[in-house]
This record gives sequence, structure tokens and C-alpha cells, in this order.
Amino acid sequence: MDNGLKTEDTGGPKDEPHWLDGKRTGKRVFWGLAALCAALGLADFLYRRHVIFDFEDFPLAYAIFGFVCFFGIVLSGYPLRKLVMRDEDYYDR
Amino acid sequence: MIADLPPGLILILGAILVPFLPGRLRQLYLLALPVLGGLQLYGLEHGSFAQTQIFGYQLTLLRVDALSVVFGTIFLITAFLNVIYGLHQRDAMQEAAALVYSGAAIGAVFVGDLISLFVFWELTAISSVFLIWASRNERAYRAGMRYLIIQVGSGVILLAGVILHAQATGSIAFDRLGLTNLATALIFIAFGIKCAFPFLHNWMQDAYPEATVVGTVVLSAFTTKLAIYALARAFPGTEILIYIGVIMTVFPVFFAVIENDLRRVLAFSLNNQLGFMVVGIGVGTPVALNGAISHAFVHIIYKALLFMSMGAVLHRVGTVKASELGGLFRSMPLTAVFCMVGAASISAFPLFSGFVTKSLTLTGVAEAGYVISWLVLVFASAGVLEHSGIKIPYFAFFAHDSGLRCREAPANMLIAMGLAAFLCIFLGVYPEPLYAMLPYQVDYEPYTTSHVLSQLQLLFFAMLAFAVLIRTGLYPAERPSTNLNTDWIYRKAAPALIAWAMTVGAALRDGVVTRARRRLERALAQIARHHGPEGVLARTLSTGNTVLWVAVLLAAMLLLNYV
Repeated sequence: MDNGLKTEDTGGPKDEPHWLDGKRTGKRVFWGLAALCAALGLADFLYRRHVIFDFEDFPLAYAIFGFVCFFGIVLSGYPLRKLVMRDEDYYDR
Repeated sequence: MIADLPPGLILILGAILVPFLPGRLRQLYLLALPVLGGLQLYGLEHGSFAQTQIFGYQLTLLRVDALSVVFGTIFLITAFLNVIYGLHQRDAMQEAAALVYSGAAIGAVFVGDLISLFVFWELTAISSVFLIWASRNERAYRAGMRYLIIQVGSGVILLAGVILHAQATGSIAFDRLGLTNLATALIFIAFGIKCAFPFLHNWMQDAYPEATVVGTVVLSAFTTKLAIYALARAFPGTEILIYIGVIMTVFPVFFAVIENDLRRVLAFSLNNQLGFMVVGIGVGTPVALNGAISHAFVHIIYKALLFMSMGAVLHRVGTVKASELGGLFRSMPLTAVFCMVGAASISAFPLFSGFVTKSLTLTGVAEAGYVISWLVLVFASAGVLEHSGIKIPYFAFFAHDSGLRCREAPANMLIAMGLAAFLCIFLGVYPEPLYAMLPYQVDYEPYTTSHVLSQLQLLFFAMLAFAVLIRTGLYPAERPSTNLNTDWIYRKAAPALIAWAMTVGAALRDGVVTRARRRLERALAQIARHHGPEGVLARTLSTGNTVLWVAVLLAAMLLLNYV
């Protein structure tokens, strides 16, 4: 496959530090996201949304639901791995 | 164009010439066929054409209405994008198979009777397997065989249902059937197999990731969405579809979390997306049906885009295993951006295509009063964000630097991804042309403050959960693995059961044979004892003895004579 693939750091021009590589980038993204979430959460107290179900009207209903569901989904991976995860060559043996 | 020529046939018949054309001409020819199909489609008027009578049944090869036009259009657009995406390859078998497969799916959405549907249904199965076999390795060959058996099996079940239905009603019209008897139940199951209903789903996660770089992109578009079309045509408003669809949206979410092969993650994600459409069809109101159909339309594009981006990674790096990737944004920045557009679309971020259609489906479900189903769909939306919105781009292009350095994807792949990404944003920003194509007249405004705010809160707080999980180290590391699924039944359990039955059968046979042999030997020994050389019955007498006994006999006779 002619793909110009290199698996080692050869010090070529592409290996110069990328602006996304900065040590503080992760932190900035995290706090930026947290600030955005705070603003979105605040909007719930300033704007009365049109709803179909009554419980949608609960302040931060979508925010809490999204956060909890995501957290739960990812953590469910731990028990599920124990149940169904096998070696990579399981079917080839 | 030729009047009454089904657009699908242009691609199917056109495929015949593919192997005989040289390089550049072949590329132009491949690009021209979907364009010709599109021109043919838009030259057609609504109605039924290309009809013929066979054994008293009326076959309709061309039924043009709003539903068939929506699916025909998106199938043709995708066929065109797929050709662009595959222009770098020199593999006539794959190119011809992709054309026949696309043409068969397009053919199927325009037929008006169940017999013609069956023919195209099976043609999609047979032609598509070559896209898996084109990987040309043992693993793909075996996965292709499993795929083919299940796909052809779906066709056989469909045919059985059609025969029973024709016997009972005298009609083979492919219209609203409803789930009323055994015949329609069989047709429903046949559709369900292709639609990857729960427990009938695993052919997809098994086979799609084994296909070629281009093959998986092509496969992702047609088979399952043909089934969605068939369900929308024959079973709208069938309530059980709501519950089937809800399960389809949920269970792949959990499997996608732990899956390491990113193309397999996308196959799970595809399963989840189909669930939303199936729920919409099950609800069956005009809003929900429009939601399901429009969702199918945009889904084909963003799912193809995601598969294209992972295909580009596979093409350049040789793997799409999350545990081996990371940091590829340095080498493939454009692919990374296109992948994120696909990820934003499937996650239904406002201004991306998934938002304008998924919200339509969810509104349909909510308005019909299915509160629990609606809640599950919102939960599944968070799940989509997890595996397709974040996991795919994050682990391939960001996360830790794997040290892999490669060239950006080939130009043709970038063009295909760029066009798909453009459509994702265009339809997200300006959904009116799509809404206008839908079968039902619905006045729906996706961009209300309530909709946008709710969706942004759901998605951004879910992203915050991801950021917290990463920062706290709670997010499970990707591991090379195989995860058991329903294919375990026929890949492990069934062969083990057969092997066990063979062992037990052999032991039983050995027991019976040994016992019979022992009895036979005993019987032979008895015979030998009496009739053998030493046996009483086989003993011979000497001449002298015989003469003596004859004399005794004569003497006895003489005595008796005088008594």
C-alpha cells in the first residue's frame, strides 16, 4: 500500500509541535466547554421553552438527562466488557 | 431518455460494460451512470409504468410516487458519491458489483409488486457480497458467506410470504400490507432481517467491517435503507415497530462503547439510527413518517461520510482499531474535519442535517403520546453522541499521539467526503428542499428556540460528561478485543453443539456396533461349538461302527419279525 506511512517520529516537518498539542489545550477546551454549559444552563432560567411533556419544563431537564445518560452509558462499558469481551482472535481459534 | 425505463436498470445493465473499459474512460463511464439514472428519474411522471402480465399477475417495474422518488433520489446521489470515493481503485469486480448493487436497490424502490421486489431484493444480496469478498482474505470470505446465507435467507422468507399472500388475496401489489396473518408476518420478518431488527441484526456488524475500504461505504447506504423503505411502504403505523425500533436504538449504544474496531462502531451506530426510523414508521402519523423518511435520507449521507473517513484512515494507515490510532489530525486534517462534520450531523447538532430530521421524528413520537419511547430515544441520542459524535473522531484523530504519520487521503476521497459534508451542512441549514420532497404535507419548523436550546443542552452537557470522564481517567481505555454478540450463536454455539452431537452420536454408534459384534461373535461361537470340527453334530462315524450298528438293526428287525 503506497500510503507514505511512517510509524516512527522521524523529525520531519509534520512532527513540529501543532498548536493543538499545547499542554494547556485540554484544560482550555474543558473550561471553555464548562462555561458554555453554564451559559446554556442559565438560559433555562431566562427562557420558558415550549414543551409537549410537562417534565421537559423542569429547569435543566435536558442538561441533567444528557449528562447522566452519557456518564451511565460509558460506565456501563465496564460490566459489559466483563460479560462479552474476549480476545481478538476468539473466533479464529 | 427511454420512456418507462426504470432508473435502477441503467446502473445494472451499465455494469456489464465496466470490465471491458480502460482506465480513464471507465472512470468517466462510472460517473456518468448515476447521472443518467438521475436524469431518467427526473424525467418521469408520477404513476405506474413498465407493466406486464405473467401467469395472471401484474408486474410493475416502475411505480413513481413521492416515497419512491425520495429513496430513489438519495440512492442515486449516494451511488454517485461512492463512485467518486472509489475512483482511486482499479478493481473492475468491485466497481461492477457496486453498480449492480446500487441499481438493484434503486430498482427495488420503484417496483409496484412483490415478485419484482423479491427479484431486486435477492439481487442486492448477491451483488453486495462481492464487496465483502473483494477484501480477498479468508476472514472476509467467511464473513461474506455468513452474510450471503442470511441475506438470501431473507429473500426466501420474503418469497414464502409473497406466495402465501398471493394465494390468500390473489394480489401481489406492493402496497400497505399490515401485520395481519402468517403471509404478512413472513414478509415483515424478511424486511426485519435486512433492517437489522434485534437478534436479526448481527450480520451487519459481522460483515460490514470486513468489506473493502470502498465496499463498506457502499454497503452502508443501500440494504438497510431499502428495508426502511419497504417497511414504510407496507407496514406504516404497525405498533410493534415502535418497540422494535426503541430496542434497536438502545442496545447498539452499549456495544459501540466497548468496540475497538471503529468501522464496527459505525455499524452499531447504523443499527441505532435505523431504530429511530423504525420507531417513526411504527408511530405512522404523517409527522413521524416524514421524520423517518427524511432521517433515512440524511442518514445515508452522514453515515457514508463517517464510513468514508474511517475508510480513508484504513486506506492510509492500514487499521481502524481505536487502540492503535490517535493523533491523525496532524497527517489527515481534512479527513478529520469531514469526519467531524459527519459526527456533528449524526449527533443532531443544530445546523447539521441530523437535527432537522431527528427532531421531526421525535416530535412525531411525542405528539402521538409515546412518552417512554420518546424518553428512550432521547437517551439513545446521547448514546449516538458518545459513539459516533465523539468516540470516532476523538480516538482516530485526537486522543494520544499514536506516532502514525501518513499522507492525507487521496484527492478523490477528499472530494467525495467534501461533497457529503457540504450536503450535511446544506440540508441542516436549509432543509426546505428535503421537506418539500417528503410524502406528507407537514408544516414543521425545526429551528425554534425551544428545540435548539433543548438539543444544545442535551449535547453539550453530554460532552461535558465526556470531558469529565477523560480528565478523571474514568473513560475506559480502548482494548484489542472481540465482543460477543448474537453471531456467537452460529459461530461458536452451533458448531460446538454439532461437534458435541457428532461425538455423542459416534459414541452411541460405537456402543451399538460393539454390542452387536459381541452378540454375533457369541452366536458364531455357539454354532462353532455344535457344528464346528469338534461339535457333536459335526462328528463323523467310522465304517466299522456303522457296519456294527447296521448288524444290530438287522438283528433287531429279525427278532421283531419272530416275536
